[in-house]
Order: sequence, then structure tokens, then C-alpha cells
Amino acid sequence: MSTFAKNEAPASRSWKSLALLPALVAAALLLTPEIGRADPPIDQVYNVYCAQCHGLKRNGTGVNLPGLSVRPRDHTDSKGMGDTPDDELFKAIKDGGLAVNKSVLMPTWGAVLSDKQITEMVKYLRTVCHCGK
Amino acid sequence: MKYKLPLATAVLTVALLSGAHAADKLDASCASCHALTKPTDTSLDRLMSRKGPDLWYAGSKFNADWLVAWLQDPKPIRPAGYPYFKTTMEGSDHDVVDPSKITPHPKLAKAAAESAAAALMALKAPDLVPSGTFKGDTAGARMGALSFTKLRGCITCHQGENGQGGFSGPELTNAGARLQPDFIAAYTIDPQHFDPHIWMPTLNLKDQDIQRITAYLSVQGRGDKK
Repeated sequence: MSTFAKNEAPASRSWKSLALLPALVAAALLLTPEIGRADPPIDQVYNVYCAQCHGLKRNGTGVNLPGLSVRPRDHTDSKGMGDTPDDELFKAIKDGGLAVNKSVLMPTWGAVLSDKQITEMVKYLRTVCHCGK
Repeated sequence: MKYKLPLATAVLTVALLSGAHAADKLDASCASCHALTKPTDTSLDRLMSRKGPDLWYAGSKFNADWLVAWLQDPKPIRPAGYPYFKTTMEGSDHDVVDPSKITPHPKLAKAAAESAAAALMALKAPDLVPSGTFKGDTAGARMGALSFTKLRGCITCHQGENGQGGFSGPELTNAGARLQPDFIAAYTIDPQHFDPHIWMPTLNLKDQDIQRITAYLSVQGRGDKK
């Protein structure tokens, strides 16, 4: 009993500190919402950015096709994609079509996708075309 | 010392709620699809799950007259729906819009539209859309048309003059009636600054291009179009 009485004040302070923890955790989560979040799977990233022109079938038939003067690359084309090295695909995605002597209609995605995502995208494209370089 | 944490919490709360006052004047249903205050979650997950474009900077984006008219007769702004990656499906020749996945925007009566437009116009973001980003020189509009349709490829996703162009981005056939010129310029410079992860690329355009494209777009759909 006497031990309990002796510890009462520090224990009370400790409980008060614990009560503040949820508020601190909530504040931390609000300020750093992306911490601990994994990027969505790369095929979903393709659907957000690439599919508007390259299409859900990945063969260059996106919803924007009717308005385009140049047909987007068919990512299922084993021959054409197989002839394109990884570093050229990376450069086309990051710096746009003009950087690899292709159409200006392929924009630069370097400000939207990280180098890591672009590297993953190149790997993903290899699974789409069933080809490698 | 013992007041530091409550003080920090209060400061955080005030910061998070700043801008909320104007948003409070809007019908609560608006917030079910649109962010009316700056979102703290800037992840791609959020972008992929949201139902409508963010409106927390609406007062620095839209023209009030257009808002009042549109809220009474809300025709789709994005031909492929919003977001396009949830409203399109495979078609025989190319992906097409799935009309069953497009939810019509609620139509407001005149008084409600005027009230909502006034509340939206109070949602200003001067740091995001600095006044004078478009320098006002409309002489470059013809070159801007060329940039839009050919040289910079904007037409890939956006419909410009005469409704020619792509479907995944908002149509810009009436950009001048709908949008403030400073917004057109600031957003084109860096779309991700407004909307992290948004599917409009940053093209790293030179200021001359930005000015010309803005000059072209800012007269689209206006009665005084030259």
C-alpha cells in the first residue's frame, strides 16, 4: 500500500503523457502522409499515365487515339519493342519522344515519375512485349 | 514548457483549418467528391481514389461568371470522364468511354449556383497562382496555337479550337471563358505543384511558350475572341 502511494504521482504523470500519444501520432500522420506508403503496382501506374494514349490493351489504342496524328507505340509488339534497348525506353519515358528522335506527342514524364518508377516501368514493358534487350 | 504541446497542437489545428471558413459555406455534398481545403495526403493512392478534381484553389482558377452558368447546366468538362482511367474501357479500335461509369454533376438552381460560385471564388491560392504569371501579351496567340496543336503536343490530351484533340484531359475549347489566364500559365508551368502525381506531364516549357499558349487558350470560348 505504501509502495503504491509512493508511486502514485509519477504513475499519474506517466498516464498523462500516454494520453497525449494519440494526438502526437495523429499530428505526425497528418504531416507526413506518404511515409510508409508503397507505390501502387506498376501496372496501375501505367493505367494512370500511359494508358491514355497507349491503351488498356497496351497496344497503342488509348482513348486519345482518334485525336492523334502519330500512332502511339504498341507495347505488345515483340519485334519493335525488342529492338529498343532498356536505356532508350528509360530515356523516352523520362525525357520524352524528342529525346530519342520520336514524336513530340510522347511527353516528358521525368517530373511525375521517379527514376525508380521509370526503371520499374521499363521492366514491366518487357513483360508486356514478352521481349528483352 | 508545459504549454508547448497544447500550443503546437493549436497552431497545427489552425494551419489545417485555414481556408476552411470559405469551404464551410459550400454544401457538404461538394466535399464528398472535391477537396475544398488543401489535402494533407498527397499520395498517388489518393489521386487514384478521388471522385472529382480538387477545388481548394478554385478562386484562383475559375471565372465567376462561368462557374455560375456551369453549375446550373453542368456539362462534362473532360470528354473521357473523371478520372479517365476509371471511366474508359476497351473498344474495338481504341479505348472508349463507358457511359455507365460517368456520374453526372448535380445541377443547381440559380440562387444556389450563385452562392456556391461565390464561396468557390473565395478559395484563393495566391502563392500557387501568382498574379501576373501571364504577362498579358495576346500577340503570341497565333504561335500559341501552333505550340498547342503541333510543337508541344498539348492536343494529345486536350481539345482546343474547333474541338480537335484528345479526350483524357479537360477540353479547352472554352478555356478563356472558364479559366483565369494566370491559372492557365501557372498550371502549365508545373501541374504537379498544384496536384502531386496528376497525369498531366510537366513539359519544362520556356516562358515564351507558356505566354504564347496562354494567349491562345485565354481567348477560347470568349465573346471577344480575336
